[in-house]
Amino acid sequence: MDYFLQQLISGLTLGSLYGLIAIGYTMVFGIIGMVNFAHGDVFMLSAFIAMIIYLILTQLLGVSSLPVVALTALIGSMIVTSAWNWSIERLAYRPLRGSFRLAPLISAIGMSITLSNFVQVVQGPRNKPISSLFTTNIVIHQGADFPVTVAYNQIIIVVGTALLLLAFWYLVQKTSLGRAQRACEQDPKMAALLGIDVDRTISITFIIGAALAAVAGSLYVMKYGVVTFSDGFIPGVKAFTAAVLGGIGSLPGAVLGGLIIGLIETFWAGYFSADYKDVAAFSILAVTLIFLPSGLLGRPEVEKV
Amino acid sequence: MRWQTDPLLVVDHLTMRFGGLTAVNNLSFSVGRKDITALIGPNGAGKTTVFNCVTGFYKPTEGRLALARSGIATSQEVAALTATGKRHAQSAGADLYLLERMPGHEIAREARVARTFQNIRLFSGMTVLENLIVAQHNALMAASGYTVLGLIGAPSFVRRQREAVEVAKSWLERIHLTDRADDPAGELPYGAQRRLEIARAMCIDPVLLCLDEPAAGLNPRESGDLNELLRSIRDEGKTSLFLIEHDMSVVMQISDHVIVLDYGTKIADGDPKSVREDPKVIAAYLGVSDEEELEKVEAELSK
Amino acid sequence: MASENSASPSRLALALKEGVIAALLAALLEFPIIDYQAAANIDNRLVLTSRFGLAMTIVAIVFIARVSIYLYQTRVVARAVVKVKGPSVFAPYVQWINYAGIAALVVFPFVILTLLGSGGALKWVNNYGVQILIYVMLGWGLNIVVGLAGLLDLGYVAFYAVGAYSYALLSTKFGLSFWICLPLAGILAALWGMILGFPVLRLRGDYLAIVTLAFGEIIRTVLINWTDFSNGYAGISSIPHITFFGLPFDDDDHGTFSSFFHIAYSPIHRTIFLYFLILTLALTTNFVTIRLRRLPIGRAWEALREDEIACRSLGINTTTTKLTAFAMGAMFAGFAGSFFAVRQGFVSPESFTFVESSTILAIVVLGGMGSQMGVVLAAILMIGGTEILRELEFLKAIFGKGFDPVQYRMLLFGLAMVLMMIWRPRGIISSRMPSIFLAERKSISGANVSEGHG
Repeated sequence: MDYFLQQLISGLTLGSLYGLIAIGYTMVFGIIGMVNFAHGDVFMLSAFIAMIIYLILTQLLGVSSLPVVALTALIGSMIVTSAWNWSIERLAYRPLRGSFRLAPLISAIGMSITLSNFVQVVQGPRNKPISSLFTTNIVIHQGADFPVTVAYNQIIIVVGTALLLLAFWYLVQKTSLGRAQRACEQDPKMAALLGIDVDRTISITFIIGAALAAVAGSLYVMKYGVVTFSDGFIPGVKAFTAAVLGGIGSLPGAVLGGLIIGLIETFWAGYFSADYKDVAAFSILAVTLIFLPSGLLGRPEVEKV
Repeated sequence: MRWQTDPLLVVDHLTMRFGGLTAVNNLSFSVGRKDITALIGPNGAGKTTVFNCVTGFYKPTEGRLALARSGIATSQEVAALTATGKRHAQSAGADLYLLERMPGHEIAREARVARTFQNIRLFSGMTVLENLIVAQHNALMAASGYTVLGLIGAPSFVRRQREAVEVAKSWLERIHLTDRADDPAGELPYGAQRRLEIARAMCIDPVLLCLDEPAAGLNPRESGDLNELLRSIRDEGKTSLFLIEHDMSVVMQISDHVIVLDYGTKIADGDPKSVREDPKVIAAYLGVSDEEELEKVEAELSK
Repeated sequence: MASENSASPSRLALALKEGVIAALLAALLEFPIIDYQAAANIDNRLVLTSRFGLAMTIVAIVFIARVSIYLYQTRVVARAVVKVKGPSVFAPYVQWINYAGIAALVVFPFVILTLLGSGGALKWVNNYGVQILIYVMLGWGLNIVVGLAGLLDLGYVAFYAVGAYSYALLSTKFGLSFWICLPLAGILAALWGMILGFPVLRLRGDYLAIVTLAFGEIIRTVLINWTDFSNGYAGISSIPHITFFGLPFDDDDHGTFSSFFHIAYSPIHRTIFLYFLILTLALTTNFVTIRLRRLPIGRAWEALREDEIACRSLGINTTTTKLTAFAMGAMFAGFAGSFFAVRQGFVSPESFTFVESSTILAIVVLGGMGSQMGVVLAAILMIGGTEILRELEFLKAIFGKGFDPVQYRMLLFGLAMVLMMIWRPRGIISSRMPSIFLAERKSISGANVSEGHG
């Protein structure tokens, strides 16, 4: 039971990170119907940016207050990563809008390869270790064999994800930007005729997706204290799995899917074998798509004849 | 009344629901052999849904679709086949299929029901000729020894393929597209695409051809040509036609039997003349009850 | 003329403005990922090194590039040249170009050998000839699935892996020869193609791509973790080398290729034999694909790509049609895989990553879906292009001794994928040749050809 509780806490933490990345996938897929393959690498890039800002603040500027450092790194990473994703959309995807369906997909795969190798070239291929932050543990239950603990950074991740989800839920449901996004999802041509700037709406979608990925990236570095250039692919695919599982296009679905994937992966690793945890996640992806293509919270699509 | 004495397709208590929406409700009708049967009704009456059930694109929620590819099936035979749970029965009297039990491609291949689509579905990147050859896929596939004989260029396959080209050629002539045989189907003008789609459907050698609004978007001359084509297909006697149409001139001129749907239920069924005069049809179909309006509509219909 | 002159200064000003914006954006993007490099010191602590010089150089390059692009683009608009595309000049000679190409491929190793001697030729025949031909073959195989049937497969490398491991395991554990393993590998891969193809039949487009990607990763993860079967990360080594129909290419006086033909031993013999082996395999793939396109099954694949619903209405069983496409594509990947194993003498899961799948898919899409010649051109461009980086020693003279162009190989490869898609979204050869004709074989413009939905 204690072991179960401890795994549950880890699973929720991991799932929150997946959920944050998944929102980026789900929003982009919703609005332009494309799997943004580079999104996992944008996440990885954001983690690097947060890590370097952290190092600049602590080593070069000598800032000692940890919350200040963490918050600055987070916001800095959100801004710079958003600029990256905006540029990527502008250069690699926008010229291909409305063209051959496979072209943006190939372009996105190319961008994914480009980003991970770019980081490898400019930052070197080795792991970048910094120490994890906010590692103080709170004992929440004194078990028979060991205490069940939750670390500050785990609390920050779960609470942060919940707050962000609420904020973006509000943004999409209640604001004019959200309406514009939903209109573009339904019918971009009609939306354009009604005076919605479709390009701008898509750009903002990419910016929001990147900002959320940057939050995930910063929290990832904070939690695990290490990052390398190839860290984008697997979390990227898993986050996409989460988006599909939750129902692509659905924001709460993305987070729900993220939590489910995080939990399954953690429990699989905890109770069966860590070696095959990726197989578990990928199998869920396949099974979901085959038997429940519209996901848990998505709308079913009826085949039009 | 051929649809009563020699029915090709008998639809019994067909119901189709999508979630909470009932598109077709407890619908029964027959399609007569060698008839042109028209299914009409206002937009959203469920006509295309009926088509999709007949051609296997939807699996009906309830109901039975019995097709006698040849012969006349007695109701006992149909009931017997229904009870067995099988999809096909061959008896002395009839070659009987239960369409609701078959996937779409088998309905086309075994029961020989062909169809066209409301928004034309040609293989637009393939040539006109290729479209007609693809339609003869199953026959050619068997002749190619499921690819093995074809791969080594067996003469029997080469001969069979030449025959397929001849079939395609004869259809090209009938739809006046011989000189465009090597052009991509997507580049044909709209009216020619409609004709090609019908010819392609005919290449599977169907007993029943379902046409979803064949005259939509055609100009009067093309519409007249279409009527000619459909009549000539019927007069050959091998294929019966079942069509959805909004263009009343087409419906009244060529059909032998008209079925009227509204809100998923049948409101009239009979020969064109009796349907045309049915006040219920006029009221429901055009949503008018005013006497004066009614007269206008009648005048319009009888044109 | 007058208007152009008066417009020029403002055009330049606009260009400069665009340039400044781009430069500022570049400066923002560079922070801090280029400005600082974090490297671990001896204590495994990260230490920052600033690189403002490099950063400023990049900003300057971006500025100049943006200004030039702006000026170039506005020039095109000012002239408003409308290009009228006539029929291809090469069209009547396609047949001859093909024959000439095959002839060139056959004499290629001998020409290289005469020009460079056996030492220099080894690298060229191996790195360019064999390497590119492997990708041509894989591209042709995947072309059946993606280009003809329109099924987007991102896990194609899994079948390549099945082929490679089939040969590796069958030869090391059971001592079977390459010529027996080759068909077995193809059959096994085709079987896996059907096994993996079956559950995903209902999926379309990007979803299909993602699930096939997942299958590819599952197979790779299993190869990594099931050590009893595949020896895990370490892979399988000392796989028997290719023999010349029983005669090994060894440096020995008895029973070897060189002793049998009474020639001096040289490692180039094996490489040239491998070259002809892969050339034969690739041309077989091509030949079979061209034949299949003209058979009912091939037409059904293309019809499936054009419109699946129409196919069903014509009585075509889309399930078996899709499965045969998967199986056929997988089979050729299996052949290529066992060739890979016999060439390397070593296989490990490292060789079958997602990047390989996306490389092959990029070759197919860039070549122009369904175009056999396009695949060749794209493979030469993408594989040959990145291989050639190894040859650019002179760059060291410009960028200093520490500069290693090979380091940038994958970075440039990724960028090339993006740029090529922007340049030609429908691929190098986007037109389609009809499989049958009545009067005249006319190529069909890519604009009419559908890319498939599943």
